[in-house]
Amino acid sequence: MISRLTAITLNTFREAVRDRVLYNLILFVLLLVASAPLFGQISIGMERLILVNVGLSSISLFGVIIAIFIGIGLVSKEIEKKTLYTILSRPVRRWEFILGKYLGLIMTLVVNTALMTVGFYIALMFTNGLHKTDALLLLAIYFTVLQFLIVTALTVLFSTFSSPIFSAIFAFALFVIGTFAEDLKNFAAISKGAAKLLATAAAYVMPNFASLNIIAQTAHDQGVDGRLILFNTLYALLYSASAVAAAVLIFERRNLK
Amino acid sequence: MFAIEIQGLSKDYAVGFWKKQLRPALKPLNLAVRTGETFGFLGPNGAGKTTTLKLLMSIVSPTSGTATILGKSFLDPEVKRRIGFLPEQPYFYDYLSAPELLDYYARLSGVSLETRKQKIDGLLKRVGLGDVGNRQLRKFSKGMLQRVGIAQAIIHDPEVIFLDEPMSGLDPLGRHEVRELIQGLKDEGKTIFFSTHILSDAEALCDRVAVIHKGELRGIGAINDIRTSVAGRSEVIWDGAHALSAVSGLLIESHVTGETVRGIVRSEDIDSLLDQLRRQRARLISVTPLHGTLEEYFLARTSEQEKVIS
Repeated sequence: MISRLTAITLNTFREAVRDRVLYNLILFVLLLVASAPLFGQISIGMERLILVNVGLSSISLFGVIIAIFIGIGLVSKEIEKKTLYTILSRPVRRWEFILGKYLGLIMTLVVNTALMTVGFYIALMFTNGLHKTDALLLLAIYFTVLQFLIVTALTVLFSTFSSPIFSAIFAFALFVIGTFAEDLKNFAAISKGAAKLLATAAAYVMPNFASLNIIAQTAHDQGVDGRLILFNTLYALLYSASAVAAAVLIFERRNLK
Repeated sequence: MFAIEIQGLSKDYAVGFWKKQLRPALKPLNLAVRTGETFGFLGPNGAGKTTTLKLLMSIVSPTSGTATILGKSFLDPEVKRRIGFLPEQPYFYDYLSAPELLDYYARLSGVSLETRKQKIDGLLKRVGLGDVGNRQLRKFSKGMLQRVGIAQAIIHDPEVIFLDEPMSGLDPLGRHEVRELIQGLKDEGKTIFFSTHILSDAEALCDRVAVIHKGELRGIGAINDIRTSVAGRSEVIWDGAHALSAVSGLLIESHVTGETVRGIVRSEDIDSLLDQLRRQRARLISVTPLHGTLEEYFLARTSEQEKVIS
């Protein structure tokens, strides 16, 4: 089982690495990070703040874009091109396939984020020199990776039953809604009756990306509560595990024409 | 001993906007393939051949029925270690090289690292791809992809091999090469189940064939029996057109070219015909029993009127 899972994971990673789009995105974000000091010159003394905001937001945004654009084809492309036929005719369980594909994309995103992080810290070093408080930025990046876990799981879920275009639309929509999850909670708190019920339900079902975004906080060197790290980690793991489990349930029953 | 036993396997697809209408892609199919046999699954396009293979590979789930492969349920994942499958017009991960692809599939089939290292180069040579190196599959021709397809189907040394239209879309040379590969597997004693609509391939390779049409099994038989079945008819050629009027009652059909007559006669009437020809002092040139062809068998089974399962 482990060997098959590893094989699918590594093959998914290899596909992404050999995909030119991925290289372009890495190049693009590196250019963006490298250009951040130029923004800094516009507002004197604000180089670090702007660089941190632009850099970390870019890492998050490009990761989400990669997660969605590769994720939407992860399963549907295998069905469409019929590569899945030669996989399922082997002793590979369908859940192993879904989980392997998911982990492969996560591996891609982690490696991608690591490369961006190195680029970001290099830019930071040249702009402002490195300081102790810059270590806190790694926590913001860790939370960004937790966001990727959820976005990828949702994209894989959509990819098991929907066309790539609709999967992309659903995933982006959920990402946007999830970014404003706190507003949804606030709306639930002030509304009444059925609206309150619906808003509360939606606030719990929708992914909460707001609490996973601490870029502004870390940019201003504000510390982070240890419990938030634990809760966010557990939340991301549980949410993504549920979405992957749902993807498996759908895929197990699916006829592949 | 049967390698494959299909019992009442059927598949209906829900069609239409509300998916309420059912279209039968395969009517309940009963079929058994002996161990070591090369079995041809014949039928025109859309007959249900690929659906049968997809069901056996559990790519789609059956509406009813079941099947066993090597004595175990076809749904048992462990059975899949012992079978190989080449889909119709296969498409592989084109960012991989041929050795990478074979290594990946072998891993999925549980082949150890050591065995993989030993086998991959040899297998690529065997399918005529010994010189491809690390070129990515996106640069391969259709014939090369088909050969990679066969290699991935046998990399784990399966006992039963399923091939869906293995010669389709290949040029004559490619077809010949693939035919040679299948013959080689047959010589190794593998059980081969392959679907095709190219009858000459089936005739050259198969021990037995089944004909499927519109999702229904229309006939099944050994190639040798099919060849000898037609007919019970013989072709008789003689010189002496004057004898024709005396024997015309015995002939099913006749053609006259100058003094030479070619007549078709039922086997039971041959003696009477030859007696008559002797009496008429005609000079006998040849008597040849007529063999049936797979094409005749196929056409008879796929015509609308003929629905007898022999």
